[in-house]
Parts: sequence; C-alpha cells; structure tokens
Amino acid sequence: MIDLLLRSIFTENLALSYFLGMCTFLAVSRRFDVAFGLGLAMIAVETITVPINNLLYTWLLKDGALAWAGRDDLDLSFLVLIAAIGVIAAIVQILEMVLDRYFPRLYNGLGIFLPLITVNCAILGASLFMIERRMDFTDSVVYGFGSGLGWALAIWALATLREKIDETHVPKGLRGLGMAFILTGLMSMGFAVFTGLEFG
Amino acid sequence: MSKLPLPLTEPIMASNPVTLQVLGICSALAVTTSVSTSLVMSAALIFVLTLSNVSISLIRNHIPRPVRLIIQITIIASLVIVVDQLLQAYWYDMSKRLSVFVGLIVTNCIVLGRAEAFAMKNTPLRSFQDGLGNGLGYSLILVIVGTIRELLGAGTLFGAPILITVSDGGWFTPVGLMSLPPSAFFLLGLVVWWARNRHPEQNEDAQVPAEDGGQQ
Repeated sequence: MIDLLLRSIFTENLALSYFLGMCTFLAVSRRFDVAFGLGLAMIAVETITVPINNLLYTWLLKDGALAWAGRDDLDLSFLVLIAAIGVIAAIVQILEMVLDRYFPRLYNGLGIFLPLITVNCAILGASLFMIERRMDFTDSVVYGFGSGLGWALAIWALATLREKIDETHVPKGLRGLGMAFILTGLMSMGFAVFTGLEFG
Repeated sequence: MSKLPLPLTEPIMASNPVTLQVLGICSALAVTTSVSTSLVMSAALIFVLTLSNVSISLIRNHIPRPVRLIIQITIIASLVIVVDQLLQAYWYDMSKRLSVFVGLIVTNCIVLGRAEAFAMKNTPLRSFQDGLGNGLGYSLILVIVGTIRELLGAGTLFGAPILITVSDGGWFTPVGLMSLPPSAFFLLGLVVWWARNRHPEQNEDAQVPAEDGGQQ
C-alpha cells in the first residue's frame, strides 16, 4: 500500500515519466499561484475519478462483470474509453460549479484550463493504468491520490522554477515553451533517481 | 499542381500544433522511443483527427452549444475505440507497445482543440484539410524526435541496426539516456528552439502577463 503510494508519487510520476497531462502542465506552470490551484484540482479529480472508474469497470464493463444481472456472457471492456471519459467530464463539471460558487478567484485564475482538465491525459491515463494493472478498489483510491499528488508536486516545482527563470537571460527562441521543456527534462532526471527504491 | 490550400500547409510548419500551440505533447513524448511507434501513433492520430474534424463539421449546425463538448468527445472516443480495436486485432505487438497511449488520443488536446476551434466553424472540406495538416505537423515532430531517440539510444532505425553497437563488435556506444523520459523533453525543447528560430514571430515574451497587478 505504502509502496504503491510512493511509487505513484515518485518513481512512476505521471507527468515526468509517462508524459501525461503535458498540455496543461506546460501551459499553466507560468505562475505559481495558478499552478497551485490546478495542482489541488488535479489531486481532487484524480482521487475521485480513479476509484469511480474502478467500480464502473469491475461491475459493468469487465468480461463477465454483468453476471449479477444474469448476463455473464457480455464483455463490454471496449466501452471503457467512453465510460471513463464520461465520468471524468461529469466530475470536472461538478468541480467547476463548486469552484465558481465558493472560490471565484481561483476559478477565474484557472480560466479555460478547468474544462481542459477533462481532456487532461493524466486523469484518463491514471484510470487506464489502473485497469491495465488490474488494481482492486482500495488500490485504486491510493493510486488515484498518489498519482494526483505526484502530478501536483511536479507542476508546483516547475512553476516555481519558471518564475525564477523568467528573470534571467534565456536565448530568444528558447523563452517560454522551449525552456519549460528543458526544465521538465532536468526535473524528470531528478525524479528518475527514485527508481529502484524499495519502499516497505 | 496548384498551390496547396492553406489549412493543409500552414499547421505543418508555420503554426505547428506541437511547437507553437503546445497541444498533444503527452503522446508526442511518450511514444517516441522508436520510429515505428512514432509512425503508428501518427497514423492513428491523423485518422482520428481528420475523421473527427469532418464528422463534427458535418453536424456543426445541429449541435446545441451547451452540450457541444460532450458530443465532440463522444465522436472522438468512438473513433479512437475503432483504432484501438483494429490495432489489437491485427497488430497486437504494436498495441502492447503503445500501451494506453492509443486510448489517450481521446484526450489528445489537438483533436478536441481542432474540433472546437476549427471544425465547429468551417465546412467539411476545409476541416478535412485542417485535420490532415495538423496531423502531419504533429507527425513531423514525432518522427524527428523518434528518429533521434532510436538512432542514438539503440543505434537502430525501424529495428534495423544502423550504427553498429559495441556489444555487436562495432564502435557505437548507445546513449542510454536517449531511451529514458528526460531525453524526450530535451529533444522537444531543442526542436521548439529550432522551429522558433525559423519563425521568430513565435518567440515568447519573457515577461509574465500581469493579469492581476503582478501580486502573488
């Protein structure tokens, strides 16, 4: 359990070793305060969606999962993409309404990127990895939280670095996006150091 | 042959979806460990992107605005399922190597981005060209990065040895870093640099836009 948690945060970090959620990752990491909010949103969405998708897959879509309904000959697992993205879209929509109501400043700061969380590959990716690795429900809760936290840590770190880098002399063509890639690469190397650690 | 229509040529270089618009990076990085995976991924993306652009454009006048995202996503997801099932049926090795990344085309921002920004406002023909152009622009970056990574990381291209490695009695020591994630970031950063030097108008201002008075 601890092992899974630490692995999903560090060695198998979604952003830095699977390149998931890069679009938002690079676009929103210009300022720390906005990145901070997005990181929190990601943790919340991941922790909710991965377990829900796990339940959905176990009870409705998996090969023979509909046995409780008397249809054990059905294999609906090809529908998983549509089902998972539907769950994610719904959760994001709810989160958006909550933020709009209670945290308008954060809501405005996130702007277009909140709806874009729906198409954030990190979230769908985590759900697909969860299915590919055949996790059970408890594992999926831990994995959802861990991978969300890992992603958030990465974007917080990158946003801090980029705010500093902006004050230095970067070659013209590298400014902004180019430099962000190089920084992410260096961070990715940093996180790779955790590879091979055995936890618990 | 007359001049190619603009929506087709422009996204390949001048407004490349990856280097300029920062779209579709996730998959662009993850599958570029070898040229063949890059190519298959590109083909899958071009297929999904063109077809989704065309079909969304065909029904664009009948989509109610509030639910347009759901409709777009459903169309895209259905197309991706087709690609995924085809790969699993006829090319199982490749589908294993691409792992979840074919499925992740659903959330590839290029596809949804083009559907939202272009196909909703333009005719099917123009949307087709736009989808093809953006797909090719994406493929270009993928193949460049994929080639460099496979050549330097393993000394091969399409699995065939080009640079004979030391372990096979040659002279070339594979650069192990090239097959690891960080190198993809570095290479893409360099590609962006190169692309922006060709098109200086794409350079970003170093200053962060002061949206709310620069307060922290």
